[in-house]
Amino acid sequence: MKWSDFFTSSVGKKLIMSLSGLFLIAFLVVHVGLNACIWAMDDGVMFNKAAHFMGSNVVPRVLEIGLFATFFLHIIQGLVLEFQNRAKRKKGYAVKMGSKGSAWYRKSMGLLGTLILLFLIMHIAHFWVPSRITGLEPVYIDGKEYHNLFAEMASVFNDNLLVVILYVLGCFSLAWHLVHGFQSAFRALGLTNHKYIALINSVGIGFSVIVPLAFALMPVSFYLGWV
Amino acid sequence: MLDSKIPAGKLEEKWVDYKGHCKLVNPANKRKIEIIVVGTGLAGASAAASLGELGYKVKAFCFQDSPRRAHSIAAQGGINAAKNYQNDGDSVFRLFYDTIKGGDYRARESNVHRLAEVSVNIIDQCVAQGVPFAREYGGLLNNRSFGGTQVKRTFYAAGQTGQQLLIGAYQALERQVALGNVQMYTRHEMLDVVVIDGKARGIIARDLISGKTERHFGHAVLLCTGGYGNVFYLSTNAMGSNVTAAWKAHRKGAFFGNPCFTQIHPTCIPVTGDHQSKLTLMSESLRNDGRIWVPKKQNDDRKANDIPEEERDYYLERRYPAFGNLVPRDVASRAAKERCDAGFGVGTTKQAVYLDFRFNLINKYGRVEASKLGIENPDEATLVRLGKEVVKEEYGNLFDMYEKITGENPYEVPMRIYPAVHYTMGGLWVDYELMTNIQGLYALGEANFSDHGANRLGASALMQGLADGYFVIPYTIGNYLADEIGTKPIPTTHEAFEKAEAAVSDRIKTLIGIKGKQSVESFHKRLGKIMWEKCGMARNEKGLKEAIVEIQQLKKEFWSDVRIPGNINEMNTELDKAGRVADFIELGELMCKDALDRNESCGGHFREESQTEDGEALRHDDQYMYVAAWEYKGESDWQLHKEKLEYEVIKPSQRNYK
Amino acid sequence: MEHYSMNLTLKVWKQQNASAEGNFETYQVKDISSEMSFLEMFDVLNEQLIHDGKEPIAFDHDCREGICGMCSMYINGRPHGPWHGTTTCQLHMRAFKDGDTVVVEPWRANAFPVVKDLVVDRSSFDRIIQAGGYVSVNTGVSIDGNAIPIEKDNADKAFAAAACIGCGACVAACKNSSAMLFVSAKVSHLALLPQGNTERKNRVMNMVSQMDKEGFGSCTFTEACEAVCPKEISITNISRLNGEYAKASLASDKQ
Repeated sequence: MKWSDFFTSSVGKKLIMSLSGLFLIAFLVVHVGLNACIWAMDDGVMFNKAAHFMGSNVVPRVLEIGLFATFFLHIIQGLVLEFQNRAKRKKGYAVKMGSKGSAWYRKSMGLLGTLILLFLIMHIAHFWVPSRITGLEPVYIDGKEYHNLFAEMASVFNDNLLVVILYVLGCFSLAWHLVHGFQSAFRALGLTNHKYIALINSVGIGFSVIVPLAFALMPVSFYLGWV
Repeated sequence: MLDSKIPAGKLEEKWVDYKGHCKLVNPANKRKIEIIVVGTGLAGASAAASLGELGYKVKAFCFQDSPRRAHSIAAQGGINAAKNYQNDGDSVFRLFYDTIKGGDYRARESNVHRLAEVSVNIIDQCVAQGVPFAREYGGLLNNRSFGGTQVKRTFYAAGQTGQQLLIGAYQALERQVALGNVQMYTRHEMLDVVVIDGKARGIIARDLISGKTERHFGHAVLLCTGGYGNVFYLSTNAMGSNVTAAWKAHRKGAFFGNPCFTQIHPTCIPVTGDHQSKLTLMSESLRNDGRIWVPKKQNDDRKANDIPEEERDYYLERRYPAFGNLVPRDVASRAAKERCDAGFGVGTTKQAVYLDFRFNLINKYGRVEASKLGIENPDEATLVRLGKEVVKEEYGNLFDMYEKITGENPYEVPMRIYPAVHYTMGGLWVDYELMTNIQGLYALGEANFSDHGANRLGASALMQGLADGYFVIPYTIGNYLADEIGTKPIPTTHEAFEKAEAAVSDRIKTLIGIKGKQSVESFHKRLGKIMWEKCGMARNEKGLKEAIVEIQQLKKEFWSDVRIPGNINEMNTELDKAGRVADFIELGELMCKDALDRNESCGGHFREESQTEDGEALRHDDQYMYVAAWEYKGESDWQLHKEKLEYEVIKPSQRNYK
Repeated sequence: MEHYSMNLTLKVWKQQNASAEGNFETYQVKDISSEMSFLEMFDVLNEQLIHDGKEPIAFDHDCREGICGMCSMYINGRPHGPWHGTTTCQLHMRAFKDGDTVVVEPWRANAFPVVKDLVVDRSSFDRIIQAGGYVSVNTGVSIDGNAIPIEKDNADKAFAAAACIGCGACVAACKNSSAMLFVSAKVSHLALLPQGNTERKNRVMNMVSQMDKEGFGSCTFTEACEAVCPKEISITNISRLNGEYAKASLASDKQ
């Protein structure tokens, strides 16, 4: 089988969704870990240093390109599949199946993904664009100049209830997207052993709760003045 | 006139000799020869696939939407083979002997011996195809026992053996379709055989979607169209199972063998009411572990579980201690009828007996499992729980099916069962080569009369269907086709095709033009009632004579008052059904005629006039040791031809399962 | 078991043929026994229609014991109706109560075009099997059936997958009209057995390719197929297919 046949087949496309999804899950781990530094209670020193490392070291910068490419692939492929799949039933049912047999979030990956995409655009505009393109206020730690990303977070979230709510909703979408996506990614790769499937299901649900919750607490923490 | 073409020589050498000496068709010539296969059950699918593999150009037809749906798929219990994997004394001879005896000495020795010989190849073939037979922990094939035998020779796949075997054959068939060797026509029904100069040369088929009739040429035609149990309306057959293809062949000159030999299966879910459209079998394999009983008291209205052990009559174990619950089907059915007729029946209709698993669930399986787990002195609840797991693995799907239909849980309460029409041993008369008396027209599987005599043993139908299709026809058809290699395909514009198609179209037009008042279904139900009451489990001269008159009247009424809505050139399920019921009506008359003619009891055919003192079937070998082959002469007019049965190896005796 | 009788309102899809526009027709049926099967209730309705001089409703059915896979009704928003692990023919009327309205539609998927009323064309399934759903052995092999011992666990799993009846409920239920449960059941049945091992790579690639050609959607593991499968075929088979496919296609050395 040629590469082109593989990447255009339905199962090949699913494998791409799975692999790109797993890469994005790995990214979330890094992202949530770094951002958790805001809770170091040092006025963002550790956080700004960590952000600086990610922005200046060559390895994360190269990975960042991969990250954007993966996002792009995952989003485009996801949307394409969603529309292609919908077109496979031109005439629909008068009585819909609803959630008989399939939980709502399993059938709503396209919708959840789109919500996350909208959130992502806002999120990039809030942080990535100023940090990489338009520039941020400098802050001096031990005499060295850093971007004050911590202050940027404060300015985005403090006194801005609407943004905080949008971020929490974004994290909510992410959580449900992950509940399905995490285990589905492994099943799409061929995981058939029920012992491991059970393990992946548990880890997946844990991950889907903990990571989005941690993300959601970040804007809330700023808004409520916990940091 | 009837030449069964049984090869000379010793019984066990006949088939080997035949294969060594039959004529062959070389590969280049095979490609020029076209074969029509009608029906895609075990016999049809295996034949079509095997002939395609050999290089013949095959056209296969089925009325369903896919060849995988043929009713062989519903066979539950298993398939027999003389493998002797259990080291319990089985052999080709013993399988042969059991089958002849089970058939009450009304089958041909040569055919049955060949069947027993190739049975072992069938298992090898199916395993190679990937049929997932049940296995033991050591990875080897498992066996269970079936009625009428004292060895474990039945191979199975839970309660879905027919499904697994059919899917194996279906996959082999689809492989040949993909290779271009077989052309598949689904949703097509054969409506006539075209005979030219005494040889079968094609068929007229109707496309059930467009309603159009089509002509198809073939150097030979194979009818693998199953049995005709639906003549009784209620049977375990599929709704679409019909006699039409065989009946058309019969009207074109093919003899019908032993039409009255019908198998009434002892373990089916009882009828609940007039709405009933079909009956559901509970596999005979259940009699391995289920014990059949009725209350000792007449009209006992207590619930099954409230009747204490000592008040239960395990009548099969009582009457037949040697075989117990595993007596052949005809014997078990009659015994159930006897008990119910005598007022010991159970359930609301009193037309049922109990099939109870509790004893073996606890004592056979529960104890073994408990011992495996090292549980000493287990209590009953533990045994029930452990036993259930095993029973579930063996028969889970059957128990589920029973519960869905009846709403009762057979793990907790005994099943209620009653005999129902299941299989027809009779069918088109064929010779040793499976050819009917029309040259080039063959009948395979349940559609022919050949191997089961007057009663078929459990797990032998699958064996015969596959034997005919995989291992017999590929040899015997070559012996005929070797002389046909010079025959060019006959254009379907030939006069015989024209005539046959015109006759088919006229009949359809006549049917739809009647525009009467009664539905096809109502006629079918009435026919079924006549057949069940007068040509069913017990038959007598008076009843059969009445039945013939009633059927003739029903036929007149049908052809003057049937109502078929819709049009011809479209999908019209009522029209399809009307043609089939019309044929069933004619067949019903012949069955009664045959039953009337055979004034003896043998196997599934029980004439009340001919029984022993204790109610067992009494044969009259001096008068009836023959195959009744009926020739169609005209409406309600048949001529009987007799093929004498010669027993060279087995000495017929009164069957004894006591 | 208490038996009762009921009156029902039925809304059934009627469509004269493949190219006609269809619509729902409403019918009343009376005195339906709870002991009837769902299809027997349809028999009653059809008899009533014939009596009234109307055309009966065309629907696929044959064995009526849950194994041939022919029956295919989408009942009140669920293929084969409300019962779990049940075909339409095995669904019994005690699943309904007096006064219920029952909506019956054909399987809906581009790959299953409607032939008439509730009858659909599922020949795409046959073509998928033709693409590789078999072991390439000709009749007449001489290897003894017991020559290849097979681990019972694998044999049981293969059997569970092979129990598929090809009814198409999985496609009917899937929001993507995906046939993956059907295809994966066949791929698993043969991949789990040593007999199927030789052809396993080509089989999975060819069957998936044919499935895509037939116009089925792709799998997103919504699990609806497994929930409605009358034979309770496990969705794990789809995972197995995915693994088989990845291995086969990545190992293939065609450029």
